[in-house]
Amino acid sequence: MNRGSQAVVLVLLGGAILRASLTDVYLRYVKQGLRPFLIAAGVVLVVAAVVALVQELRHLNRPDDAGDGADDGHGHGRSGPAVGWLLLLPALALLFLVPPALGADTASRAGSALTDDRDVAYPPLPPREPAELTLLEYGYRAVYDDGRTLRGRQLQLTGFLAPGPDGHPMLARIVLSCCAADGVPIKVGLRGEVPALPADTWIRATGRWIPHTVKDPVNDADVPSFQVDTWERIAAPAEPYE
Amino acid sequence: MIRLSTTDPAAPAAPRSGAADTAAPPPGRDRVVGSTEVLCVLLVLVGVLHRQVGSLVSDPRLQTWLTVFVSVLVQAMPFLVFGVVLSAVIAVFVPRSFWARALPRHPALAVPVAGAAGVVLPGCECGSVPIAGSLIRRGVTPAAALAFLLAAPAINPIVLTATAVAFPRNPEMVVARGGASLVVALAMGWLWLRLGRSEWIRLPHRAHLDTMPRATAFWAACRQDVVHAGGFLVLGAMAAATINVVVPQQVLHDLAAGPVLSVLALAALAVLLSICSEADAFVAASLSQFSLTARLAFLVVGPMVDLKLVSMQAGMFGRAFALRFAPATFLLAVLVAAVVGTVLW
Repeated sequence: MNRGSQAVVLVLLGGAILRASLTDVYLRYVKQGLRPFLIAAGVVLVVAAVVALVQELRHLNRPDDAGDGADDGHGHGRSGPAVGWLLLLPALALLFLVPPALGADTASRAGSALTDDRDVAYPPLPPREPAELTLLEYGYRAVYDDGRTLRGRQLQLTGFLAPGPDGHPMLARIVLSCCAADGVPIKVGLRGEVPALPADTWIRATGRWIPHTVKDPVNDADVPSFQVDTWERIAAPAEPYE
Repeated sequence: MIRLSTTDPAAPAAPRSGAADTAAPPPGRDRVVGSTEVLCVLLVLVGVLHRQVGSLVSDPRLQTWLTVFVSVLVQAMPFLVFGVVLSAVIAVFVPRSFWARALPRHPALAVPVAGAAGVVLPGCECGSVPIAGSLIRRGVTPAAALAFLLAAPAINPIVLTATAVAFPRNPEMVVARGGASLVVALAMGWLWLRLGRSEWIRLPHRAHLDTMPRATAFWAACRQDVVHAGGFLVLGAMAAATINVVVPQQVLHDLAAGPVLSVLALAALAVLLSICSEADAFVAASLSQFSLTARLAFLVVGPMVDLKLVSMQAGMFGRAFALRFAPATFLLAVLVAAVVGTVLW
């Protein structure tokens, strides 16, 4: 792999990272806090590539001036930088395929996140009706606080649809701690006015807590239930994870 | 007529390996088709055909694989670039004499100093591989550089803070993790002093950076390290994404039952999952069906031995090195974690 190809690969990689982090696409893969570091990394990659390209061009004009091109010449061990070609894969995937955020496939294969009893006092919900809750918050309040703060309230949950183990559809969302590789789904079983839409469709559901909990067959986690009164279909949010 | 490849100074010299070069005619002739031309054709093809390729990967499981693969790389890239920039600074701007003054002359004493120095490097394991390579190249004794390599991703403040946040009801986990990791790192450094052979380490060839202008040398070092370590990072990310998609979670559930089995299972899982050390505490916390000792083993092994790390080490230090170093580190890490866990819990 010579200096010119290295530069092209790095321009593509840096450009792909910059494009993803200057739009909302990066939120499909990592948390928001990483954005400034992603932009900085993208800039460093592009600058390194541009410097190499400038040297390459200068070298074209004055072939006797070896510059640092000499470094690419003699023996790079057996495992040599040919492995650098692999960097094209993530770069091209990010530029052209733009893989979607994790969704129903992960939700059906991985166990739900509610495995750990959190020993906290749950404050009352804000007075606004309906009260908006994340799925995680709903799950903790429903399962480990016996729905104490949820009784008699109109609630609003947002997530995507995923097929449930017992035939009932679930509302799910993926919880990230760092990047999509550690994504864990949080699942809520749906009852009542359940939308008949394909998996991975995002909805905003309004309804009530019901005292009904089942076990996730994958990891024995608790899966609370939600009685849907109304729902509306929405576009996938820019920040798809909780 | 594009004839970029003739500018490749390698052309008349040694024959080179690599997929790209198989497309090129044997060296010695005036080449018209080289790696750069192949690359350009490939890019045009991808640009034209990417819709067709996109419809090929519409299977949900394949999409999950792609998402996990890309996200491991996106997550690691800032840390890799940070590590590469720091290692280029070490290679270009820090004089060799500095290390002779900063580290104790006796290698056995240099090991703990270098290991403890890992505390100040806020990053994960991807960045520490090029830094350790750069340290060895600048004359630091390999034992000390290796202790740094193992300690830095596990005991820095960011990782320990993340551990404290992930285990709010077991604050002793932070101490256990930091202590056990440091013990393993130092023990591996001293073990290298006794048993290690310098010929096992084969650093990839680099130009004589000393003879270039400093700015040129800095960017050349950055470029080469990113391409090299990054390529191996891609290999590791592919393996980790495959494990993530293929291994059914029910298997884990069954493994959590036995005390010994659970420790070994989580240690092995740490190797296979290759999660960044800044995130692994949250994953460990979510594996609540496992004992605390098993989860400690997960946290100690993960930043020291995992698929992407072994791949990167093999690239940076050579295969002979990685084949010996990674299993030894794994065994020692499991052992230390088990002992610390048994004493604490």
